[in-house]
Amino acid sequence: MTAATGRPVRVRAEPRRTVRDARRLRSPGVRAGQYVVLALYLIFLAFPLVWLLSVSFKGPQELASIAPRLIPHHWEWRNYSDAFSQQGLLRSALNSTIVAAGSTVLTIVVATPTAYALARFRTRLRGAATAWILVSQLFPVILIVIPLFMILRDLHLLNSLGGLVLVYLVWTLPFALWMLRGYIAAVPPDLEQAAAVDGAGRLRILVSVVLPLLRPGLVATAMFAFISAWNEFFFALVLLRGDQTTLPLNLARFVGSEGQVSLGPLAAASVLATLPSLAVFAFLQRRLASGLLSGAVKG
Amino acid sequence: MTATVSDARPTQPHQDVRRRRSATRRSRDQRDAWLLVLPALVPVLVLSVFPLVRGIYLGFTDARAGLGITTHFTGLANYRELWHDSLFLDSFRIGLIWAVTVTVTQFALGLGLALLLNENLRLRWLARTLALVPWAMPPVIVAIMWRLLLSPTVGPVNQTLRSTHLSDTGINWLGDFNTALPAVIVIGVWVGMPQTTITLLAGMQNIAGDLYEAASVDGAGAFRRFWNVTLPQLRPVILAITSLDFIWNFNSFGLVYVLTAGGPGGKTMLPMLFSYNEAFRYGEFGYASAMGNVMVVLVLLLLGFYLRARLRSEP
Repeated sequence: MTAATGRPVRVRAEPRRTVRDARRLRSPGVRAGQYVVLALYLIFLAFPLVWLLSVSFKGPQELASIAPRLIPHHWEWRNYSDAFSQQGLLRSALNSTIVAAGSTVLTIVVATPTAYALARFRTRLRGAATAWILVSQLFPVILIVIPLFMILRDLHLLNSLGGLVLVYLVWTLPFALWMLRGYIAAVPPDLEQAAAVDGAGRLRILVSVVLPLLRPGLVATAMFAFISAWNEFFFALVLLRGDQTTLPLNLARFVGSEGQVSLGPLAAASVLATLPSLAVFAFLQRRLASGLLSGAVKG
Repeated sequence: MTATVSDARPTQPHQDVRRRRSATRRSRDQRDAWLLVLPALVPVLVLSVFPLVRGIYLGFTDARAGLGITTHFTGLANYRELWHDSLFLDSFRIGLIWAVTVTVTQFALGLGLALLLNENLRLRWLARTLALVPWAMPPVIVAIMWRLLLSPTVGPVNQTLRSTHLSDTGINWLGDFNTALPAVIVIGVWVGMPQTTITLLAGMQNIAGDLYEAASVDGAGAFRRFWNVTLPQLRPVILAITSLDFIWNFNSFGLVYVLTAGGPGGKTMLPMLFSYNEAFRYGEFGYASAMGNVMVVLVLLLLGFYLRARLRSEP
């Protein structure tokens, strides 16, 4: 595997044109079959999204219709402004932003030096960190959330955004470390040695040699942390009791108690709540898979 | 500072002086490593390691929600009770069906899509972008979206059934005893397939081209190349992603909580939903933690069997 050389593995946008591509040209029949299957995949993946968009633009009358159409008769833009005025939705969107931004910044600040130490030093910490990363994936959150609930209660951090930020930090840390370690391992150590010969201290080396080279990895990790926090539901459900809500928590409350009338604004709010994650993802899409793989292969 | 950064490996054993210098360097490296790790170590210890250990312990107690309630160590009492709790056993069975079916389907469909995306097809960019959207969406939104799709009255799925006369009344997919679990499984596949696809695709693109060339020269057709080159080369990636998928699926919560909340009649009551209800609806912290312990042990056993069987069948 090329990953053994230490470069992060990239999902290439276009496969390299090589001799083998010429040999692998398919017969027209096979090609047609491939397109049919691809079309089926596209429908399966896209139709739910298109339908959500469609509902978000429909008025109450059209939504109550027993024969719904994909393209709305009348485009009801009011759903989107109504979504904002639904009770507390704007407030919870603000909360989500605060929590996601806060835990992202904290994750990067905490994870970068740790990932550096794990990538560059051969100490017992490396084994311990790998073990923790694996174990944290394995255990169901119910085991962690009950004691967390009790700890945060004792610290008076229940129902507080600050408490949630701390929890999200610890929750995103395993994958953030995994990704960052791969990126740091790809930075050639020679550069740091050169800086050390010139008399730079370790912190100086980290800040002025490693960090600038690490920017793509930091961006990818930050985005991953942001999306994780923005989308998270379970911890928010348990740890925010009372008036504080995040966006997923608030939207989930509409479900079940939904009257037909509120479907349009609910769909509109769902679309809006997805947009930040999608926007971040548009940047991220190549890097996430590569981070996953480079971390996995480096060991 | 004279020490170089990355050179923390022991040097040649017969060079005595260098060895001694390397020993002091190593101890300094140790100290630096601890300093760098400290900001992460404290929150991890307080908010992850300690709660985890405590959670495991709570599974052997009669802990309940509420302040000022004394907790007693009860040994295996929780587990004896679980063994006779038919609702819990049902939920476990449902959890296993859910996790295995979703993981296997995710893998099969993901592999198919990854193979297509690895070809020179038009619209590949669209498929790749779309394949990533479910991954980025909040699970709560995914659940809301599918509730709209599967709505018994105004959903397009039932409208299609009615207009094609496959069913005159429509099916209450998420509310019917027979269809709730399969419907939820389809949605689980929709959510998790993208990540599996992209991981497999990244693995495929790392397979050296000469392997395929060699196979072609030897006269291998498309299927043989897939069977004899792609699959064996993908093996580590496949093992990793299916194991992770299984763990994630078995421990998943938000999607099904919003879709059905475990209903109808507990037909989609995944173990996580069940233990959440025990803990935060009925306040049975100890009992819920005991369920968590059983879940971990079961997942570990199944993964152990799976990985052992896979690794042993390696040529």
